Amino acid sequence: MTTSSHTAAGLSRRTFLAGSGAFVLGAALPARVLAEAAGAGEGAAAMAPAPGTRVAAFIEIGADNAVRFLSPFVEGGQGIATGMAQTVGEELDVDPSRITVDYAPPGPDYLVVNGMRLTGGSFSTRSSFPVVRRLGATARDMMLRAAAARLEVDAASLSTSDGVVTHAATGRTLTYGDLAEEAMALTPREDVALRDPAAFRWIGKPVARIDVADKSRGLAKFTIDQVVDGMLFAAVVHAPYYGTEPLSLANAADVKAMPGVHSVHTLPGAVAVTADSWWRARKAVEALDVTWSDPAPSGIDTVAADFSSAAMRAALAASTAEGVSVEAEGDVDAAFAAAAKTVEAEYDAPYLAHAQLEPPSAIARFNADGTLEVWLPNQMPDAFLKLCAEAGGVAPEKVTLHQPMLGGFFGRHFTYGSGNPFPQAIALAKATGRPVKLVWSREEEFKMDAMRPLSFTRFKAAIGADGMPTAITARTVGEGPLGRYFGAAPDSSMVEGITEKPYAIANRAMESVALPHPVNIAFWRSVGHSMNDGFYESFLDEVAEGGGQDPFALRKALLAQSPRHLALLDEVERISGGWKRGPYTVDGTVRARGVAMASPFGSETATIAEVSIADGATKVHHVWVAFDPGSVVNPAIVKRQVESAVALGLSAVLVEQAVYENGQRRDANYDTYQVLRREMMPAVTVSIVESGAPMGGVGEPGLPGVPGAVVNAVAALTGTRVRSLPLANTALSGA
Amino acid sequence: MFTLTINGDAREVDVEEGTPLLFVLRDTLGLTGTKYGCGIAQCGACTVLMDGAATRSCQLPVEAVGDSAITTIEAVETDEVGRRVVAAWIENEVPQCGYCQSGQVMAATALLKDTPDPADDDILYGMSNICRCGTYNAIAAAVRQAAKA
Repeated sequence: MTTSSHTAAGLSRRTFLAGSGAFVLGAALPARVLAEAAGAGEGAAAMAPAPGTRVAAFIEIGADNAVRFLSPFVEGGQGIATGMAQTVGEELDVDPSRITVDYAPPGPDYLVVNGMRLTGGSFSTRSSFPVVRRLGATARDMMLRAAAARLEVDAASLSTSDGVVTHAATGRTLTYGDLAEEAMALTPREDVALRDPAAFRWIGKPVARIDVADKSRGLAKFTIDQVVDGMLFAAVVHAPYYGTEPLSLANAADVKAMPGVHSVHTLPGAVAVTADSWWRARKAVEALDVTWSDPAPSGIDTVAADFSSAAMRAALAASTAEGVSVEAEGDVDAAFAAAAKTVEAEYDAPYLAHAQLEPPSAIARFNADGTLEVWLPNQMPDAFLKLCAEAGGVAPEKVTLHQPMLGGFFGRHFTYGSGNPFPQAIALAKATGRPVKLVWSREEEFKMDAMRPLSFTRFKAAIGADGMPTAITARTVGEGPLGRYFGAAPDSSMVEGITEKPYAIANRAMESVALPHPVNIAFWRSVGHSMNDGFYESFLDEVAEGGGQDPFALRKALLAQSPRHLALLDEVERISGGWKRGPYTVDGTVRARGVAMASPFGSETATIAEVSIADGATKVHHVWVAFDPGSVVNPAIVKRQVESAVALGLSAVLVEQAVYENGQRRDANYDTYQVLRREMMPAVTVSIVESGAPMGGVGEPGLPGVPGAVVNAVAALTGTRVRSLPLANTALSGA
Repeated sequence: MFTLTINGDAREVDVEEGTPLLFVLRDTLGLTGTKYGCGIAQCGACTVLMDGAATRSCQLPVEAVGDSAITTIEAVETDEVGRRVVAAWIENEVPQCGYCQSGQVMAATALLKDTPDPADDDILYGMSNICRCGTYNAIAAAVRQAAKA
């Protein structure tokens, strides 16, 4: 299973591992960036030749004074394009609403995330903020010097305002567009001053998103909307069992004679048809009578004929393999020996699909000059470029990527081997000699999407005579995407959210046990945190109950030495109108609340959810989140990102699950693969707390507190502690 | 060969019976503002107006369109209600990834044409389009604003 197709291209294992800690924990940014983030970044050392320093690679100014910023990060709904415009505009002195932001091509200039480039790990803003500010300031300085030369005055006598340089003494003005050519010929200075944050006009303000008008008018172009002259459309059907192959086609000639059909193909693990329209290609490929190879009859080493989510969960629970310590503190054995009481519980969470609304697609075109162009969605351009070159049999420098914005991603668009359509598009373009646009139907996407791993953890806690926990242990069994794709061992993406919790429990022993999944697994919004914080926070409520403690009061007690966390608990208590666990009655429904905390991606959250039960199902009425990412660039976007993450967290805790039965995924489309719908969406209140701590992530951290808060609220209301997600699998009765 | 009325224009399209209107719009006519999400009328990304009513074009065979007037997102602002909906969408900064939003705007336009002053439940039951980014609350706020505009 874990062959080279699972290895991210373009990165040696060593290179990525150097960054993998940062990817997960946000702790390993380059010293220069950290120094700048801490406000100590002036001086020549800050401008060593490095990614993120070459102005011309990032900023283009046209003769018409139009400004374009080439972003290291792809826009997929998170608002990063606007954040980039605000940040570079602030220092360049150009109104962000005038800046066009495009996703930069692959290349060394853009490796600004710890020497790598990816849109993920909630890294975009926090990794690049000082870099992008400096680029803007450096470019503005070049404009001033070019203007000084042109006007034959001292640069100090000039000022700028929204892309115009003014010489106040004479009233003369020049636009950046007038100066761009001369300015870009200058040598960038290494010691430009950055704007005083007290004078920020756009950074830290709720500046309007720059992409909403086009998106409200249907004008935004995603990969699936791209058109290339002379292209064929292609559709595929993948093997019914993951890892099996097409052996023969009984009716290829009949299918080739269908309207508009150009050609019929077998591919690794799939069959394909190209035609003059996608609908014709799809009808034709689905008419193929294919004989597929057989899966293994049984087991979990491959996706066997009897493979199931239930069997995988049972195997994780039954594992007796020795674990690897991922967190150890104090003397757990002594604490358990002295315990007045112990608590033990097992938690699991299912596989999940990304279920982004845009089905994956790709266009491939081989040109007469030996170059290959590929249009594709991606979160990691350099890795995709290398894989495109390999798939096309051309040198990487012969490959051009076109990278439209993403119709949702949530971790979908990393390199997942057979989970991406572009190798098929390239193979079909090569076979047909024509440009090929391949679109996966929703059914094929739900068959082939790489999934958030199913996960299992067993907890134990020791409680002292005073009702306070004295020890906690956790044993997590399974596999995470950092281990699968980047060789991380132990795999922090398995245990994040169980390790490094802030609570003062003196004795801790957390271990992980590697047990590979036979299915394709993925990064999914907030990765391991998406399940683990929920497990831990639910178990902490069980510990509170075991010790006769109120869960909110217990958390305050365990965080007594942590002002940052206490402040968040105080804030979530305030915005929710004061802590009350319930049950209580509101508008004729009996409700209760749960609380959970999480420390994902360098940020901190405290979350309270209010629930009732109707017809055996959980109804979430309100979610309150106090969110501390240290500092923010755009509070309006941050609040919407937290709300979006809350929605995905609710989807996961309430209804969502990708289920294997008899070796196949059960759900082929949204009719049975349940996701959060309007009627399940609660009111969401978000309060941003800017503690001034180092900048943390934004896109993912709103999620991990949600499952725990909801499960805890349900337990408070019903007395039922649900330890297997989603809640929809358990029939509940209201208090 | 079918003749369709799309955004006020008669358009001839050479496709088989059974071809969903969605793919006629997107691939034959190049109107890519209408999106393919699921193909089974679950997600609503493909919503267009058929004689003013919200219709999921992925499950509408081309031969079923007949003489009905089809309005897509590309022409929604030629409609007074649609213009207000788009304006409210922009002012409320509703879209995140944006992929579902063409369908959301069309569904909201149809809702407000039918129910000019919708109650919360009208929005709840009249707008069943999926948004994976979870913009449901922003959508509801924009619909309420467009109703009052």
